Amino acid sequence: MTTVATDAVMDYDEAMTKFDPVMGLEVHVELHTATKMFCGCPTEFGAEPNSQVCPVCLGLPGALPVVNEKAVESAIRIGLALNCEIAEWCRFARKNYFYPDMPKNFQTSQYDEPIAFEGHLDVELEDGSVYRVEIERAHMEEDTGKSLHIGGATGRIHGADHSLVDYNRAGIPLIEIVTKPMVGAGERAPEVAKAYVSALRDLLRALDVSDVKMEQGSMRCDANVSLRPRVGEPLDEAQLAVPLGTRTETKNVNSLRSVERAVRYEISRHAAILDGGGSILQETRHWHEDTGITTSGRVKSDAEDYRYFPEPDLVPVAPTRETVETLRGTLPEPPGLRRKRLQSDWGYSDLEMRDVVNAGAVELIEETVAAGASAGAAKKWWLGEPSRRANAEGQDIVTYAAGLGLTPAHVAELDGMVAAGRLNDSMARQVLDGVLAGEGTPTAVADARGLELVQDDGALEAAVDKVIEANPDVAAKIRDGKVAAAGALIGQVMKEMKGQADAGKARELILAKLQ
Amino acid sequence: MTDLPTDLTRASAADLAGALASGTISSVEVTQAHLDRIAAVDGQVHSYLHVDGAGALAQARAVDERRRAGETLGALAGVPIAVKDVMTTKGLPTTCGSKILEGWIPPYDATVVSKLREAGLPILGKTNMDEFAMGSSTEHSAYGPSHNPWDLDRIPGGSGGGSSSVLASFQAPLATGTDTGGSIRQPAAVTATVGTKPTYGGVSRYGLVALASSLDQAGPCGRTVLDTALLHAVMGGHDPMDSTSIDAPVPPVVEAARAASVKGMRIGVVKELGGEGYQPGVRARFDESVALLEELGAQVVEVSCPNFEYALATYYLILPSEASSNLAKFDAMRYGMRVLPEGVDAPSAEQVMAATRDAGFGPEVKRRIILGTYALSSGYYDAYYGSAQKVRALIAQDFDEAYAQVDVLVSPTAPTTAFKLGDKLEDPMAMYLNDIATIPANLAGVPGMSIPSGLADEDGLPAGIQILAPAMKDERLYSVGAALEAALVDRWGGPILDRAPELGAAAAKGA
Repeated sequence: MTTVATDAVMDYDEAMTKFDPVMGLEVHVELHTATKMFCGCPTEFGAEPNSQVCPVCLGLPGALPVVNEKAVESAIRIGLALNCEIAEWCRFARKNYFYPDMPKNFQTSQYDEPIAFEGHLDVELEDGSVYRVEIERAHMEEDTGKSLHIGGATGRIHGADHSLVDYNRAGIPLIEIVTKPMVGAGERAPEVAKAYVSALRDLLRALDVSDVKMEQGSMRCDANVSLRPRVGEPLDEAQLAVPLGTRTETKNVNSLRSVERAVRYEISRHAAILDGGGSILQETRHWHEDTGITTSGRVKSDAEDYRYFPEPDLVPVAPTRETVETLRGTLPEPPGLRRKRLQSDWGYSDLEMRDVVNAGAVELIEETVAAGASAGAAKKWWLGEPSRRANAEGQDIVTYAAGLGLTPAHVAELDGMVAAGRLNDSMARQVLDGVLAGEGTPTAVADARGLELVQDDGALEAAVDKVIEANPDVAAKIRDGKVAAAGALIGQVMKEMKGQADAGKARELILAKLQ
Repeated sequence: MTDLPTDLTRASAADLAGALASGTISSVEVTQAHLDRIAAVDGQVHSYLHVDGAGALAQARAVDERRRAGETLGALAGVPIAVKDVMTTKGLPTTCGSKILEGWIPPYDATVVSKLREAGLPILGKTNMDEFAMGSSTEHSAYGPSHNPWDLDRIPGGSGGGSSSVLASFQAPLATGTDTGGSIRQPAAVTATVGTKPTYGGVSRYGLVALASSLDQAGPCGRTVLDTALLHAVMGGHDPMDSTSIDAPVPPVVEAARAASVKGMRIGVVKELGGEGYQPGVRARFDESVALLEELGAQVVEVSCPNFEYALATYYLILPSEASSNLAKFDAMRYGMRVLPEGVDAPSAEQVMAATRDAGFGPEVKRRIILGTYALSSGYYDAYYGSAQKVRALIAQDFDEAYAQVDVLVSPTAPTTAFKLGDKLEDPMAMYLNDIATIPANLAGVPGMSIPSGLADEDGLPAGIQILAPAMKDERLYSVGAALEAALVDRWGGPILDRAPELGAAAAKGA
């Protein structure tokens, strides 16, 4: 077991008084094309190791790549959605380095001729302000296989007895999206980083080009961070003119929350080093989700040389302008605009909409409304227990709900039962618990648990009479016009009815009897 | 119908195909005759790295049955063939002449091999070659050199010296080759056989273990121009598995070989290929061939291709660069040889890779990997690989300008006849110079062919003439080649290979 020395960090607020952070984010997205980038093998996640391979993606002698046209289309659509230029002519290149999980010992990628370049993505922050992320490029490449290191304490290669390699992932199409240096975010840098990755994820999901599951690695983020001395406000010309500091690249940050935390941590760590008169080593860093720190990876010196050269086994990719325009016509409504439209349709306040967006529940609510629920009810149910539990599990709500089999149709069904007067609120909560526990559909749960409002007015009236008789003081107050006091009686009536009564009806009866 | 010789191994593929089609002979008979010949002479020539007698006979039987059943078969159905060991063959070893692939049995066939199987050509075995096709002599084969049937002390050319010597020693009527800088044409020249490097993209590269992807081209080898054309037609054509394959029909090579005419053609003699460094006897046979073409009705002019001077230097930057990357996959992780480093406890993957590559690659391969790695390094890329690509474009431009004036170009195929085994092994530059006339075609992607031009006076060994045509005009090679071949054979009074020594006698001489 190796012990990792914890680096010194500076308090974040203090760091911000002394330094100006600059970030660069590289996001790798696995496309969900049916087949791999250069061969016909399937791309499904989670298959038996090395069952989705062929001579091409295993890099067997003699095998040759053929470009997946669908992947090129997806790359162009991503580029267009990011407001990029689309290359009229570009090539693949070989990135040469030796690693056991890379079958050819070179990665077929793009180097100085990316398919898409010079774009931007406007990102809305928590307070509603907009930060424009400039996109340097989006290029196509193939994924590597996956190494599994056995016998070590950390799961890393260091200390392992042996390693196993699964080449199912080798050759899956990847798009790498690289930002220009993100400047001027100041203390909001970590928030901007998270908001960017989140907006990008929404965009890719809307494009239907990737599963964008960060926890499965279909979307992976590398965060570059550097600091420069603070000489003014983040957007002051003098501040923007200060040369960039040395950066570190924190690899494989794989949740939105981690993106924010990792950037924040690196800022504090850099600040401590620089403030102490030290200098930053240009290196990759490993992010540790559990402890919230980064540790040193490999030193990334300028000597690292991938010997890029144009891939001679492939012909250039040259999409015609007609093709590009046709693909532009297939772009979905931008997530930002779509949200504004939905917010207006649903009648949510800005704050309510932001809660829904932050919970990642826009699509769930949209589907729930489509299934017949009211917008208010859909929000209430999704942002309640399911959202709270998903958070506690550290999962996004879509994944969490899907894992438990809770669907928008269920929620609409539940809402329908309340609207029809079969359930009251607290009963509906119990039913939802049952659905989350895997007991079946809302109707099935309500039936099995015997949850149903008592519709027998006689029983309710008897209960009301009993409670009024037992509480003469409260009854007197109500008679004197203190209607608010009815609440205390309603609670007792509900208790008498074991919760299976309509509270509104109970209130009506009490008031009728005492006024 | 031509009468077949009693010894079936002396017959041309076209004649064998005719006899097979008419039912005079069976594929089993032809195949067995060649297997017998292999057993008798390959001990001296060492053309084959692997002979698959059982497999070849099984394929021969299958073809005979299909024929008996009345199926329509391809033109070469039943004619056996030898396959260069650089092409993957499902179930048959494929070593590329390297130790690093010793014992590897590919799980798939190269497209060319699939086409041979579909066309019903029984595969006799896999032929020797310089390791990963790097060389001009087969001396860089990890399994020992092949010998030239004209003189067993001499090289059969390379890298396809296994295929050329197979043909010249009648161990197969046809063979496949690959040509990256002359590996089909130079071996053909020094053994008095025929070989074509088709237009780049004319024959699929899928399943060819890559040397330099932008230069490699598979092609046919035979003893006559017509045989070579028949094989070309089987091997060629578009392959969706090879992105660089041309989506167009195979040029009408067989028709051209049968027509065998140069009447009215404009033929350019490349000024830069044939001066200093060319053996007088090679030069003399070339000049006679050119005169003969003129007699046959061609118009001959001299053409200058000034940038050909830089072809060799350009080639030796592009080839090693691509090769260094193509050969990176041989890392002991998934297939082939695995060597553990000595004296290292629990070696890392990286250490195993290094030890394996050190033990598994021969010196020429290492030399080129190092050259290529250097040429692609950042800081050197522009000066080396980048400049080489620019010169490559200039060489292609030279061809374009030449083809604006003439229909085909001609030159000697190689500057010399076959040299002695061992003569140039210690001098890579001298070895590289052998390909000086063949390399420009690979750099420009244009097709080229070598046919025998006669025997050099000073050593009595074969010399070759190279014919070059514009891209996708491969048929012109066959028109010119067949016309010249007919005139030369007429002049010689029979095929030149009839003058090659009997192998038993040559062996006795060597002993």
